[in-house]
Amino acid sequence: MTAAGSPAVATNVGRPLLGGRRFSLDWVGTVPFFVYVLAFLILPSAIVAIGAFVDANNGFTLDNYAHLSRSFVVKSTIDTTVVSAITAVLGAVLGSLLAYAIATGNPNGVLRRILISASGVLAQFGGVTLAFAFIASIGPAGFVYLFAQSHGFDYYAKGIWLFEPVQGLSLVYLYFQIPLMVLVFLPALDGIKPQWREATQSLGGGTWHYWRYVAGPILFPAFLGGTLLLFANAFSAYATANALINQGAPMLAQQISNALSSEVGAAEPGFAKAIAVQMIVIVTVVTVLYSLLQRRTSRWL
Amino acid sequence: MAVARRGIHRTRWIKLQLFRYIVFIFAGIFFLVPIGAMLEFSTRGNHNERTLEYWKSIVSFQEMIGTVGAPTQATGIVASLELAVITSVAMLLLLVPTMVWVRLKLKRLNRIVEFICLLPLTIPAIVLVVGLFPMYIWLGTNFSDSILTLALAYVVLVLPYCYRTLDSGLAAIDVKTLSEAARSLGASWFSVMWRVIAPNISNAILNATLLSVALVLGEYTIANNLLYNNLQVELVHLGRTNAGVSIAVAVASLLFAFVLLIAISFVGGRPRRAQPEAATNFGKGPVQGSAG
Repeated sequence: MTAAGSPAVATNVGRPLLGGRRFSLDWVGTVPFFVYVLAFLILPSAIVAIGAFVDANNGFTLDNYAHLSRSFVVKSTIDTTVVSAITAVLGAVLGSLLAYAIATGNPNGVLRRILISASGVLAQFGGVTLAFAFIASIGPAGFVYLFAQSHGFDYYAKGIWLFEPVQGLSLVYLYFQIPLMVLVFLPALDGIKPQWREATQSLGGGTWHYWRYVAGPILFPAFLGGTLLLFANAFSAYATANALINQGAPMLAQQISNALSSEVGAAEPGFAKAIAVQMIVIVTVVTVLYSLLQRRTSRWL
Repeated sequence: MAVARRGIHRTRWIKLQLFRYIVFIFAGIFFLVPIGAMLEFSTRGNHNERTLEYWKSIVSFQEMIGTVGAPTQATGIVASLELAVITSVAMLLLLVPTMVWVRLKLKRLNRIVEFICLLPLTIPAIVLVVGLFPMYIWLGTNFSDSILTLALAYVVLVLPYCYRTLDSGLAAIDVKTLSEAARSLGASWFSVMWRVIAPNISNAILNATLLSVALVLGEYTIANNLLYNNLQVELVHLGRTNAGVSIAVAVASLLFAFVLLIAISFVGGRPRRAQPEAATNFGKGPVQGSAG
């Protein structure tokens, strides 16, 4: 034990054999984990953060950030943010309604299991498949469209909006946003006890009072948190957009992909990193806004 | 009085059921129509007759891709399945011992490990790809450019989901007592992990495994940008040449993932009543109720 304070390096080397207890080698057990995340999580993040300031000749530059003002990047930034915001809010509202319908059913019922598993698949698996699903259903050759058209309702009369960034992607994104909200919001709903409602009633409160003063304030943080998660989720989505719209690159994620490995041989890795940093910054800003909003609303409610 | 109150309950109950059925019907339409449409589309012939031609040709397409591509390269589906297995095993080998060890010996590190594991939720996969790109070029020239190296990145991708699942599994057992008992009976650390801890959290391990399988089978972003052809990338390529077959494969893989998750929700016994705080905390992320 006294050797613990000894400055001699030689004793340090030998100590494990002597069974030193104070400086245990317990941390060795976590080395594989930390080495792994260092190599495949921290290192890539660092490459992005540093590489955004590096030009083709490995010199310091701010040009990569200057390129962010290119009109197509600005447009996809706006489009991506708008799509993410719309689908986050709509997805959160519709998803929490669906979650409530599930939560009020039998907790061990088959319906609940099926719906939760389906939500899991749609929220996680989605991507390419979702794009196909929408092309096959409401796309120009899909049976929903053919059916509507043959009944005199041509919803593509003004152009095929399914392949437009904001309208089309928003609709398709809802297909994985709603299930994700169900998954995130359901545990919060399960935490609501029926006794609270009875207590409200015995104190003379009606349905409105219950939702306004009891269930609402309890659920609101979870709702906001879910909305934020949905925003981040839509913001980083890439597969669906890429499978649905292969011309132009309407979403920021696609812009990154293009800059990373351009098919015309004009790859700009530094630029890709700058867009990546911009994405992180936007998500961070939204997260900060969220925490401010949450603090505010906790005062209102 | 009692009758009146029961009357109120009754109308509320009816209203609630009405609300539920309306929601389920709308959700059913929104979610089932596109999937039904995929089935319809993939069985639609050239003259609006029903045909299973596309489904039959899935097999021959695999062979075609296999012979056209380099002989050493696995086809998309095979590669994705192999990746799913490798990723799951690597994830378990990395996470379970570390999480158990931290719980036993290094309580202080618990929060750090949790933070790191949940970090990939806030870093979009596309951002990670940008950083991985030069690393994979280096890996490709110095070690291997096999598609299976993608598993290295996929382990990071599945970390948050698997961490949450395994965490709830480990929280349900008394890790310390179990391992101390085993150790005092002379078990090695290996047999503590393999014969004591693992069987006790077998459900969580199963859930984490199937979650990562589903995630890897559906992964597109990383593979596409690192220029590897996994199942989803092949699907997109195929979709631009033969829509019928690609949609058949897409719906088949979707149903496969669904059956997988349904299976665990039944194998895993009764669904756990999740803790309310789990959802109020952003960043903890979308962990499957079914899996948890």
